[in-house]
Amino acid sequence: MNANLIEIAYIVAASLFILGIKGLSKPKTAVRGNQLAASGMLVAIVVTLLNNEIVSFEWIIAGAVVGAIVGATLAIKIQMTAMPQLIALLNGFGGGASLAIAAAEFLKSQPAAQGDLAAAAAEAVGAATGVGAGMGTVAMIATGAAVFIGSVTLTGSFVAFAKLQELIDGQPKGFPGMKAVNAILLVGSIIAIGYMTTDPTNTQVFWGIVAAACVMGILLVMPIGGADMPVVIALLNSYSGIAAAAAGFVMGNSALIVTGSLVGASGIILTQIMCVAMNRSLFNVLFGVMAEAG
Amino acid sequence: MDMSIMHLALFVLAVFLGFELITKVPPTLHTPLMSGTNAISGITIVGAILAAGHGGNETMVNVLGFIAVALATINVVGGFMVTNRMLAMFKRK
Repeated sequence: MNANLIEIAYIVAASLFILGIKGLSKPKTAVRGNQLAASGMLVAIVVTLLNNEIVSFEWIIAGAVVGAIVGATLAIKIQMTAMPQLIALLNGFGGGASLAIAAAEFLKSQPAAQGDLAAAAAEAVGAATGVGAGMGTVAMIATGAAVFIGSVTLTGSFVAFAKLQELIDGQPKGFPGMKAVNAILLVGSIIAIGYMTTDPTNTQVFWGIVAAACVMGILLVMPIGGADMPVVIALLNSYSGIAAAAAGFVMGNSALIVTGSLVGASGIILTQIMCVAMNRSLFNVLFGVMAEAG
Repeated sequence: MDMSIMHLALFVLAVFLGFELITKVPPTLHTPLMSGTNAISGITIVGAILAAGHGGNETMVNVLGFIAVALATINVVGGFMVTNRMLAMFKRK
């Protein structure tokens, strides 16, 4: 399919998402808003499948079948009272998807990781992302951001899910120096991403960033009590949007960038609105010090 | 002009739009709106499809592509269905 037509379809999809979010914020139009957003997603998926860059469908079909069965089962079977933890779980999967996309793109860019045909194809289309000898600076920073935020969203959402589902104790949990550990993990990851722009073929540092972010996601949500969890889920929802936008920069895909940043920004506002409704401070949620505040 | 500059422009404008998009939300719609935007963040399915369908024979890349498609599909299908279920419940009241 013509690349311009794909871009136009992505603009249509983004418009439907905007109308959808707008509709979902008013009681009268909420159902319609959800339908508009879902049709936007359908448009985006269909035109993506028509993209000429896609040459094999077996992995896509396998993933879509597994995902559709699991997703539909969860949505139908879940108790109405268990909604918040289901959203947390789904959100964690969204973050995991961004992580997997960015990791796949990173491995694809590795010189040793290329098959003969794939290498030739990637070379032809991938000049912008520096495919062939590791990633370019912009792509590497975007990849680092996507895997970092995606991993934090993944493990953070799972902890939120486990707390609400009472798989683990819902009480705030922490240890002395937890904030210092988080600060070290954050700063260390930023330094590691910066280092990777100079050495974009260092897979060990790459997986180190993933591991640090996974630990950080757990540590950020552990000190938060069950009652404050909806606000945290709203915040993690915003993170998963930002992770999607970062993945968009990795792939140079406008649909991911626009939609991801829309969700990221509106998610922050929704978090703020929920904080006000629950008498919490957004600053405290952002920096995971709610246990002390509450 | 460089394509990445265009993308940066899109990003900045979309962030501003996202900040302005919702202002007053009644508390009953907090959870459905969160669930709906969560489903929309499943747009990662676009990136996942592109990553999974590149046709290379590198196992690890293909497996990651498969995982990405599966996770994003769960997010999209589960997200929209559950939002719909939640809103249908409000309607009946």
